[in-house]
Amino acid sequence: MTREIVGRARRLGDDINTDYIVTSARKRDSLDETVLVRYLLETLDPEFAASVRPDDILVAGRNFGCGSAMEIAVTVILAAGIRAVVAQSFARTFYRNAINNGLIPIECDTENIAEGDTVTIRFGDDRIEVENARDGFVVVGRPMPPFMHDILKAGGLVGYLRLAASEMRSPTR
Amino acid sequence: MSNAKTISEKILSQHAGKDASAGDVVVCDVDLVLGTDASAPMAIDYFERMNGERVFHPDRVMFALDHYAPPSSPKTAGFHDRVRAFARQHRVELNEVGAGISHQIAVETGRVVTGDLVIGADSHTVTAGALGAFATGVGSSDIAAAMITGKVWLRVPETIRVEITGQRASGLTAKDIALGLVAELGPEGANYQALEFHGEALGTLTVEERLVIANLAVEAGAKAAIVPHDELTAAYLAGRTDRQPVSVEADHGARYARTVTVDLSASTPLVALPHAPDNVVALDRAVGTPIQMVFLGTCTGGRVSDFHAALAVLERGGGRLAPGVQLVVTPASREVYLHLVADGTLAKFGAIGAVITTPGCGACCGTSGAIPGDGVNVLSTANRNFNARMGNATASIYLASPEACAAAAVTGRITDPASIG
Repeated sequence: MTREIVGRARRLGDDINTDYIVTSARKRDSLDETVLVRYLLETLDPEFAASVRPDDILVAGRNFGCGSAMEIAVTVILAAGIRAVVAQSFARTFYRNAINNGLIPIECDTENIAEGDTVTIRFGDDRIEVENARDGFVVVGRPMPPFMHDILKAGGLVGYLRLAASEMRSPTR
Repeated sequence: MSNAKTISEKILSQHAGKDASAGDVVVCDVDLVLGTDASAPMAIDYFERMNGERVFHPDRVMFALDHYAPPSSPKTAGFHDRVRAFARQHRVELNEVGAGISHQIAVETGRVVTGDLVIGADSHTVTAGALGAFATGVGSSDIAAAMITGKVWLRVPETIRVEITGQRASGLTAKDIALGLVAELGPEGANYQALEFHGEALGTLTVEERLVIANLAVEAGAKAAIVPHDELTAAYLAGRTDRQPVSVEADHGARYARTVTVDLSASTPLVALPHAPDNVVALDRAVGTPIQMVFLGTCTGGRVSDFHAALAVLERGGGRLAPGVQLVVTPASREVYLHLVADGTLAKFGAIGAVITTPGCGACCGTSGAIPGDGVNVLSTANRNFNARMGNATASIYLASPEACAAAAVTGRITDPASIG
């Protein structure tokens, strides 16, 4: 199975920490990602949240999502309609939270992708690739263990556990 | 091929019930699940969405109301009520507002012993690795799943071996050692990897110092930071727990991704400049930077020895704050707080003019407590100095040892504590 996602690249730099994605101080007022999405990446660019369109794809440099393990940093990105983040590398807690919530994290060379480029992600079990429409250049993403693919296919850990519970109850097994 | 194992490989194999090596994805039994008021409310949402009905091992779950202590808004008070209700319903240990930071409570109350697998929905869960546990930060959904199933999925990490060597240079603190290590590794130098500490000088580091170093390891991306069990660990755990620690040692011939050596004789006091904990320079190079707020506290620098060290510098400096400096003191836990009350330390801080706040995360992440004013420079014993971290994007946060923080409180500038008094 290969999922295809086409979207506009929103270019970010290295070491984007989760406090920059959504600042801890905002969590005093709400934990609702549909509210907090107004403040997405505000420390880096106060205009960013207003400019996001559904199906935008975040494209970052190294160590995306470092710092706090707060899961709201993932759900607020999903609340903006973003379904995938492509980065040179991810901090492990963000990567984990992304998988557990069905946000696709793709680790690959992002140097060639610029703000506004149209990118096509082909996310398959055996091959992950990202194509840039500007020049037709295709980069291959780092493979993901089958276990993580399974969680993503279930839409995250909630779907995965519900599925596991229903399979355990199923008389056919 | 040799099956010699690192400590991480051993602990995760034991908890997965099967032989596992670096790179394997395993499902492990969890000994302790930590949640805070910043992560547990979301975990409760996930628990419900996962159709969770009961907590698998209520005695292996611990919540602490530490990030909003005391609540800084009606909304955060509501988070607390939600966590309280869940804890009551599921008979889970709840540490109330004022009890302190989850990471400190977990170690000082004996909830963690050597050989444990600890997960916490907070990145600084790595702190407990100082007692020889595999302790790692995860998200809220992970702790929800672990509450339901008793398990967590983990990729077994490769390990970086950290050799601590040399006779400690005078004035060198655990915070300096930790900042130096973070700077050497870089912000993702240990990403997806565990640190394992060895070396002839490791035994000269107290457990409180090991907690500082393990805590900051996550600023290099480390998944866990493990100090092998020794007599200091045993002495620390004695009287805190009836559980028998399982001493886990690395096998001879275990494979390490690389080895990093920290020579304590060649290390110097350091400071992290804004806005990243790896943006580290020698303290000398930052001397003279004006400071308007000094923060002593957090899961890095809020323990008894930290406040004793800071007070000694303040007293050497005449026991007065420089004009225009606000000193904020936040013990990491109630146990720390009561200790400092009993030995007179807090009275002295109070007399000097410190603002003493509720045990917990305090001003560290802008969720509760003292927020710096516009343009203010803060010198802090915390572990993170990201822009806006303390709740004001125009403030600049510098990180250093309790001694260096105290020296700045006396002079109003970043100052070498050795030059005080």
